[in-house]
Amino acid sequence: MLDPLPWLILLPLLWATLAFVRGPGRGGRLAMAGLLLQLALAGGLAGQVAGEGARVYAVGGWGAPLGIDLAVDGLSAVMLLLAQAVALPLAVYARAYYAAHDDGARYFWPLTGTLLAAMNALFLAADVFNLYVTLELLGLAAVGLVASSGGAGPVTAALRYLLATLLGSGAYLFGVALLYGAYGSVSLTELAPLLGADAPLAVFLAAALMLLGLMLKTALFPFHFWLPPAHGGAPAPVSALLSALVVKASFYLILRLWLDLFAPLTSVAAAQFLGLLGAAAILWGSLMALAQTRLKMLVAYSTVAQIGYLFLLFPLATHTGALAASGALQGGVMQALSHGLAKAAMFTAAGTVILSLGRDDIARLGGVSSRLPLTLFTFALAGVTLLGLPPSGGFTAKWLLMSSALHSGQWGWVAVMILGGLLATAYVFKVLRQAFLPVEAGTKFKPVPRMLEWPAFLLALASLLLGLRAGEVLSLLGAG
Amino acid sequence: MTFNETLPLLVLASSLIPGLIIFTLPEDRHGLRGAFNLGGAVLKLLFIAVMLWGVLGGESYEFRLGVLPGLDLVFRADALALLFVTLSAVLWLLTTTYAIGYLEGSPHRSRFFGFFSLCVTATVGVAMAGNLFTFFVFYELLTLSTYPLVVHRGTPAALRAGGVYLAYTLTGGAVLLAGVVWLYGLLGQVEFTQGGVASALGPEYAGQLQLIFILLIAGMGVKAALVPLHGWLPRAMVAPAPVSALLHAVAVVKAGAFGIVRVVYEVFGVEFAQSLSLLAPLAVVAAITILWGSLRALYQDDLKRRLAYSTISQVSYIVLGVAMFGPVGTIGGIVHLVHQGIMKITLFFCAGNYAETLGIHKIGDMDGVGRRMPWTTVAFSIAAFGMIGLPPLAGFVSKWYLGLGALEAGMPWALAVLVASSLLNAAYFLPMLYRAWFKPRIGAWPEEHIPVTKGRETSRLLLYPPLITAAATLLAGLLAASFLSPLDWAKLVAAREYPHWVP
Repeated sequence: MLDPLPWLILLPLLWATLAFVRGPGRGGRLAMAGLLLQLALAGGLAGQVAGEGARVYAVGGWGAPLGIDLAVDGLSAVMLLLAQAVALPLAVYARAYYAAHDDGARYFWPLTGTLLAAMNALFLAADVFNLYVTLELLGLAAVGLVASSGGAGPVTAALRYLLATLLGSGAYLFGVALLYGAYGSVSLTELAPLLGADAPLAVFLAAALMLLGLMLKTALFPFHFWLPPAHGGAPAPVSALLSALVVKASFYLILRLWLDLFAPLTSVAAAQFLGLLGAAAILWGSLMALAQTRLKMLVAYSTVAQIGYLFLLFPLATHTGALAASGALQGGVMQALSHGLAKAAMFTAAGTVILSLGRDDIARLGGVSSRLPLTLFTFALAGVTLLGLPPSGGFTAKWLLMSSALHSGQWGWVAVMILGGLLATAYVFKVLRQAFLPVEAGTKFKPVPRMLEWPAFLLALASLLLGLRAGEVLSLLGAG
Repeated sequence: MTFNETLPLLVLASSLIPGLIIFTLPEDRHGLRGAFNLGGAVLKLLFIAVMLWGVLGGESYEFRLGVLPGLDLVFRADALALLFVTLSAVLWLLTTTYAIGYLEGSPHRSRFFGFFSLCVTATVGVAMAGNLFTFFVFYELLTLSTYPLVVHRGTPAALRAGGVYLAYTLTGGAVLLAGVVWLYGLLGQVEFTQGGVASALGPEYAGQLQLIFILLIAGMGVKAALVPLHGWLPRAMVAPAPVSALLHAVAVVKAGAFGIVRVVYEVFGVEFAQSLSLLAPLAVVAAITILWGSLRALYQDDLKRRLAYSTISQVSYIVLGVAMFGPVGTIGGIVHLVHQGIMKITLFFCAGNYAETLGIHKIGDMDGVGRRMPWTTVAFSIAAFGMIGLPPLAGFVSKWYLGLGALEAGMPWALAVLVASSLLNAAYFLPMLYRAWFKPRIGAWPEEHIPVTKGRETSRLLLYPPLITAAATLLAGLLAASFLSPLDWAKLVAAREYPHWVP
């Protein structure tokens, strides 16, 4: 039996390399096989963690501080599962997408494999320096994917993205250096007991820099400027991958640092500040989404808004009661999961519509409801999750966050979430209502292969049904 | 899983699964689609019959699924749930039959019937919800599954109406959610329990509970079309007639009214709600709605719009009955839940028949229609007389109990409201009947789609459903005192909601 920990990193690297060797645009089938195996490994790992709790794996048997440690607990198992579960249907979709539209297919598979290897390594890394390495690798692969379709627009977006991601990881690396200077270690487990509220100023500075860098990479308002052009301009499978997973990786890291390593340094004021930025992201992102005239830009701005919900967990989980704190963490993670599934579904559905219609104009979507019913249904189901309506995972997330807000007596956040849900309704239905209009004269719908429609539908369905199986996910999260 | 646990799920599945299959059917498979539609509807009635029999014999049917720790999805078939479930299942069967006839030859029927089935699934879920959370889940599902029906025609007017509908109902849903989360925070799981659960909290929570009550009622009041939250209902009239019938009689406004019943009786408990002085303001809102709806109905020239305002008024009879403190008022309110349903669905079926057969949309065009379509007009007349409250029709029974309830509750002003509303009902229904029966027809019908064939005024599928519901209107009044009549069942429910009542 393979040990899932190293193989979750090696497998994607392996198929990425093979795809690269086989030449431009090749390797999709290999990637699907690899992803299937990865999904099985992630599932097996989740079972292990749920049963036996967290564990550490020493690469090559060396152990820290000489060798590299990989560590897994409930949170990383959940995130790993999300990453593989989203990536597999996306790979199926991408194969069909690039068969119909070969712009940017050249390096898709090698870059995606590298991206997934980096992401899995990030979820498993046990020290702040390896986290930096994986973060940088992840960012560069993502930039490559954005630029892959060529043309002035995508390259400008990719350069802007590159700037943001380098700035973000640079700030993070500076923070790591400060930490190493203060304590002489980069291991999370070794650093944790050393940090206290009486830490030197340099450590506070390090924490601030690391968080700031990560916020930039997560595209939290007001650092979201790079996200809409990058996510909205990339080919649909890439947009889905970036919006669903890549921003979640840096969020995961913020969560990990805030809750474990920097927990003694956190203050209510800082947490409230993060929450306020999240609230601003929800409102600003939703309003901007509503103002868009292009379908993929609307979906991209919706990501800006949905990221905001993730940050509401900090004011709810910091120096509040145990009940409120655990509810907030669960709500935040549920939001990350359900948004990951739903946004992947929404971007892929939007991509299918654009492939079939040949345009990206929200005002001219008439006839989609009768010509592409399954794709429209997918978009609507994913929308239900974004709206936070039952029985979706997005609803469970909101329920948990709202309950936590009530338990900690912070009413304001409830109002923000309700308002955000209503704004989401407005932008989701802005698309749906146009789709119900009759077909515009002179419009031709190109027939689309089934392999474009079904993976998206399965993703949307998963985001919806996640709400009904939230108990299992949360118990896995609580393990270890 | 035992049979008693499975049965509520089967009732849900009997419309959910046919609905999902219908989505995938090609447009031209009429026969298969009809078979799934009607097969599901009949199957649902069978399952419900088993449950009715069981509940009378003291059986309990409950299914529970843990969604989160301390948060369960619960379906329970108690007396009140069965009242609503039976109503919606019977009317669903009729409305489906009617819709098959009504939509013959129009596009997107698979989509229509798919959402139609989902809509009924959501309604049954609302009816059988065993706690406030489950109620909320299906309440929102109902909103989502009715939206495509409202905008079904895809015209700009329909899309505008759909937008207004969503803006009202989803805002209402959000307000409701705030109330639900708050109450769960105070009480843990809020199960619907006869006599209520909120009284378990100490007197120091009175202020919070009053606020929660307002949030919950406001959230549900949107669907129940309480003034001033009623703006969506007249606009939603652009939808096809079977959808209006569904919205007004079976699903949407009923879900709102039913929710108010649950909140007052089984979350707060009517006695506890009275002690928090919440019932009198609710009664005032209901009274205003009753009068406002009737007044506005007077001024409508469009037939369906007039009926829509009439719904606004009539549904608040239910709320008024609920808000009267005393079992007789309760009986009146709950029985009107059923009676309003069968009477209003008759009226909408008939309005649809006029429009579909002769192209009549305006009341001014109804002159002499009684001669051309006598059976439809007979059904229309029975339902209209029922709405006015003429004995021995169903509406009379409701109004009788509501009137007695008003006196029992010491609210003689409510009796005056009922009288005034009945006069207004007469004022807007009788002129229509006069035109239909006594005014001669001058000129041709606006657009005659269906000619008289073999002496039949319109197609069979359009004609029989209103005749059946009109007969039910008559029988529900005539046989009100008999076993298993709506009134009998409402008495059973009321008797269980007043554990400490001493007349």
